[in-house]
Amino acid sequence: MADGMRVKIITPEKQFYEGDATMVELSTTEGDIGVYPEHIPLTAVVAPGVLKIHEGKEVKEASLISGFLTIMPDAVTIMAEIAEWPDEIDFDRAEQARVRAERRLSEHSPEMDVARAEMALKRALVRLGLKH
Amino acid sequence: MASMRDIKRRKASIQSTGQITKAMKLVSTVKLQKSRNKAESSKPYFNLMYETIAAMLKRSGNMDHKYLRAGDSKKKAVIAITSNRGLAGGYNNNIVKLISGDPALPKEDVKLYVIGRKGRDGLARKGYEVVKDYSEVINEPLYQDAADLTKELLEAFGRNEIGEIYLAYTSFKNTVVHIPKLVKLLPFTMEEQAGGSEENKAQALMNYEPNPEEVLDRIIPNYMSSLIYGALLEAVASENGARMTAMDSATNNAEEMIGKLELQYNRARQGSITQELTEIIAGANAIS
Repeated sequence: MADGMRVKIITPEKQFYEGDATMVELSTTEGDIGVYPEHIPLTAVVAPGVLKIHEGKEVKEASLISGFLTIMPDAVTIMAEIAEWPDEIDFDRAEQARVRAERRLSEHSPEMDVARAEMALKRALVRLGLKH
Repeated sequence: MASMRDIKRRKASIQSTGQITKAMKLVSTVKLQKSRNKAESSKPYFNLMYETIAAMLKRSGNMDHKYLRAGDSKKKAVIAITSNRGLAGGYNNNIVKLISGDPALPKEDVKLYVIGRKGRDGLARKGYEVVKDYSEVINEPLYQDAADLTKELLEAFGRNEIGEIYLAYTSFKNTVVHIPKLVKLLPFTMEEQAGGSEENKAQALMNYEPNPEEVLDRIIPNYMSSLIYGALLEAVASENGARMTAMDSATNNAEEMIGKLELQYNRARQGSITQELTEIIAGANAIS
C-alpha cells in the first residue's frame, strides 16, 4: 500500500491546500467518509462538515461547506465552493448565524424556506465546531 | 492666425486634460495588476472543474440529463458583462456589437441579464429586453454573485422560460489583447466550451455517489458559477487593460498637441515682435 496520496483543495479564489496526506476525513451527501490511499475512484458531493487532513501524526482541520470531490487511488481533489481554515472563520458571525437560523426554524411560518434555514444552521455549526 | 492669448488658453486646457488622462492611466495600471492576479488565481479551479466534467461525460457515455438538452423555449438568455464606467476605448461597445451582430441571437428571442451599466444602456437602446441588472457586481465580483446568478438562470431554465444560456464577456489574453467572447453555457456541450485540457488521464472506472445524474445536477451549476466568476474577473482585468491603453494614447495625443500649439505660440510671439519692431523702425524713420 502506498503510504501517501496527493491532496489538492481548490476554491474559486485560490489554491486552498496542496500536500501529501495519509488520510482525509470529510462529509459527503451520502455520509461521512475517511479516505486512505488506494481508494477506488469516486466522485461525490460535499456536505457541510469538518475536513480533517492527516499528514502522518499531524492533523489539519478546516471547514468545508460545499463543492464536490474526486478520489483517485493516489490523489484526492476537492473542488470547494467554500472552505476556510479555523483562523479565517469569523466565530462571532457564525454564532449570530446559528442563533438566527435556529430562530427561523422554530418559527414555523409558512413562507419560511426550511431547507435554507437548515443549511444555514449546519454551516454555522460546522464553523463553530472548529473553535478551540 | 489665432491670437497668442487664444493659443495659450487652448494649451492650458489640453495640458490639464493630459494630466487627468495620465492619472487615469496610472490608476488603471494598478487596478490591472490586481485584477489580473485575481483572474489568474481563479484559473486552476476552472480548469480542474472542466477536466472533471469532461472526463465524467466521456466515461459515462451519452447521459441523458436535463442540462445536456436544449429547453423547449425559443428564448435565449444572454449574460452580458461590461463595465460601469466609460473611457475605456472600444471595450463596452465591442460586447454590444458582439451580441447585436450575432445572427443566432435575434432581438426578439434574447433575454438579457446584464452586468455593467454601459452595456445595459447600449443594448437597451438597440431594443433588447433587459430582464435583470446586476451592475453593482462588476465593481467587486464575488464568487457568491456568480452562484446567485447561476441559480436564478437555472430556475428560469427549469421553468422553461429560457432554452439556452449564453455568456458574453471580454477575455483577457494579455495587457493589450482583449477578445470579446460569446460562450454557450447551457445546454452543456464539450466542444464549445473554451479552455481546459482535453486529456483524460484517469481511465479508471469512476464511481459516483449517490449516482451520476445527481452528481451532474450539482456539478453543472458549480461549473457554470465558476465560468461566470472567471468571466467576471477576466472582464474586470480587460476593462482596466482597455482603459489603460485608451488613456495612454490620449496622453500621447495631448502631448503631441501641446507640442504643436507650443510651436504655433512661439511663431505668433515671434511674429508680433517682428511686427512691433518694424512699426518702431518705420516710426523712427518717419520722424528723422
